Amino acid sequence: MTELTAKDFVIEGASQIEEQERFASRPVTYGRDAWRRFRRNKAALTAAVLLLALLGLVVLGPVLSGYPIHERTNAMTRNLPPDAEHWFGTDTMGRDLFTRTCVGGRASIAIGLVGAVIVVVIGTLYGGLAALLGGRADNLMMRLVDILSSVPNLLVIILISVMLDSKSISTMLFAMTVTGWCPTARIVRSQMLQISQSEYVMAAKLMDISPLSIVLRHLIPNTMSVIIVDTTFRIPGFIFSEAFLSYVGLGVQPPQTSWGALAAAAQGMFQFYPWQLLFPAGAIALTMLAFTLLGDGLRDALDPKLRR
Amino acid sequence: MQTHLHRLFESWMPMFKYILKRIGYMVLVMFAVTTITFFLLHAIPGDPITAMVQDLPEETRQNYLASYGFDQPVGKQYLLYLRQLLSGDLGQSLRYPGRKVADIVANYSPVSALVGGIALLIGVTLGLGCGILAALNRDRWPDRAVMILALLGTTIPTFVIASLLQYALTVTWPVFPTTGYKGARYLVLPVICMCVGPLATYARYMRSSMLDVVNADYILTAEAKGMSEGRIVLKHMLRNALLPCVTMICVSVAGIFAGSFIVESIFALPGLGRYFISAISDRDYFVVLGLNVVLTGIYVCSILLSDILLMLLDPRIRTGVSE
Repeated sequence: MTELTAKDFVIEGASQIEEQERFASRPVTYGRDAWRRFRRNKAALTAAVLLLALLGLVVLGPVLSGYPIHERTNAMTRNLPPDAEHWFGTDTMGRDLFTRTCVGGRASIAIGLVGAVIVVVIGTLYGGLAALLGGRADNLMMRLVDILSSVPNLLVIILISVMLDSKSISTMLFAMTVTGWCPTARIVRSQMLQISQSEYVMAAKLMDISPLSIVLRHLIPNTMSVIIVDTTFRIPGFIFSEAFLSYVGLGVQPPQTSWGALAAAAQGMFQFYPWQLLFPAGAIALTMLAFTLLGDGLRDALDPKLRR
Repeated sequence: MQTHLHRLFESWMPMFKYILKRIGYMVLVMFAVTTITFFLLHAIPGDPITAMVQDLPEETRQNYLASYGFDQPVGKQYLLYLRQLLSGDLGQSLRYPGRKVADIVANYSPVSALVGGIALLIGVTLGLGCGILAALNRDRWPDRAVMILALLGTTIPTFVIASLLQYALTVTWPVFPTTGYKGARYLVLPVICMCVGPLATYARYMRSSMLDVVNADYILTAEAKGMSEGRIVLKHMLRNALLPCVTMICVSVAGIFAGSFIVESIFALPGLGRYFISAISDRDYFVVLGLNVVLTGIYVCSILLSDILLMLLDPRIRTGVSE
């Protein structure tokens, strides 16, 4: 039997290290693997592009149409149907609806993003803490979550906005997030508990690795995917709640506007000027659809085990 | 015989204990929710009398406040309210004296429950059916179609669906009456609007629940035994896949009594959802509190019901409880 030496493993025609590296496949990291899976999901990719387009439109729309945001343009231009002048028509005040829809989208999307980030941050910290403490503290913390989530959500939101006697966007965000973090806390806690019972955490414990580094190296990175996916799914929920609140009259107040407020204003006249409702409502539906598809795609990409 | 009874008693005992524990917990939740709502309501600036009538002479205003006990410290008001609740009195309206919360529930919730109940029945049946259909045809066109429809159903806001239906079927083709509540025909459109949400949700949920079950060992065993596909689906897959839906269905059933504010206001139905929102904007304290107690009560009862149902249906939970 011949002895194997390093010479037997030389790649033919690649004597230099640099040349050899060309043949080596790139190491597959978690991020790269997830990105590959995400790219293959056409629906999610379309949703991501659609969201970027919507964001661009919402930011740049008023510049594109060239109409003022709040002041009416002309008393003669009330309730016009869509045409080349006014792409989405005009509203009862004679304002360009395309401009209004874009501006309204700023509030709606901002509420969706900020709200989701707030509940996810609070929920993650709370759920993570409960999972780490365990035992009685965990039990007590989760009972509190149970109680808070039994209070009707809508009632809390309405009471808080009436109580603070303010209808600003920040009040609305506060009211919506005050109990909104509960589901996230539950998800994060159960994910962390599940991971802490896994074999690799057991192995780490046996290797006498400190609890802190187990948390930093195993628990937090493995919970990230759940947190990211939860954030994506929470955004449409907040956009929807905002629309509902504005619809009830507790949401964004004039002259500020949002998709929900636009739809609510158009509701009464829907039978005469249906486009006034359809454009903002379509924007809500499109945004929610895009975020849901994006969330589905992210979930499949980041956590293939959850794939349905 | 006696040992048999004894054994039966032994096996059911942990479950009774479990149910008792759940009931105790339920009472705690009710108490906490009532307390939270009470103090939230009382933190609202301004008093309810001023909210109703602005230019009341100061003396009259004070008299009114005193007659409702609003001049007492909040803590005392809270204790008085709890005592009143425990004696079975849900309170009465401030704005419309003599209108009792119990009567409001009796008058307004049947409409909500009727519309919501029919809608939920249709939504759950069709939704579960669509979910099963999608799961059995995974990645083929029925699956795709159901998933696209379910996605649309969850993303299009109810008020858009309601407005579109109203426009299409009462204005363009006047098939149904626009608004009001004077018979079965008036309920068709609201029911359609309200079943879209549950239909989409249950379709998505049932599909993933079925797909969870497909790879289970007992399905493999059943196939190995040579069981026919129809029987496997019916006896093993459906039974197990429906279990997670039980909790959801119970919570949905609790929700129908609360009604839907949007659908009820668009179609001008005299339901509880609409009444609740108007009571909040009227600052009708006792009505808001009373309705909240009733609705939370129904909600926690439905959770208890789902716990008991799951225990009866799923032996794994039963043995888990006894251990």
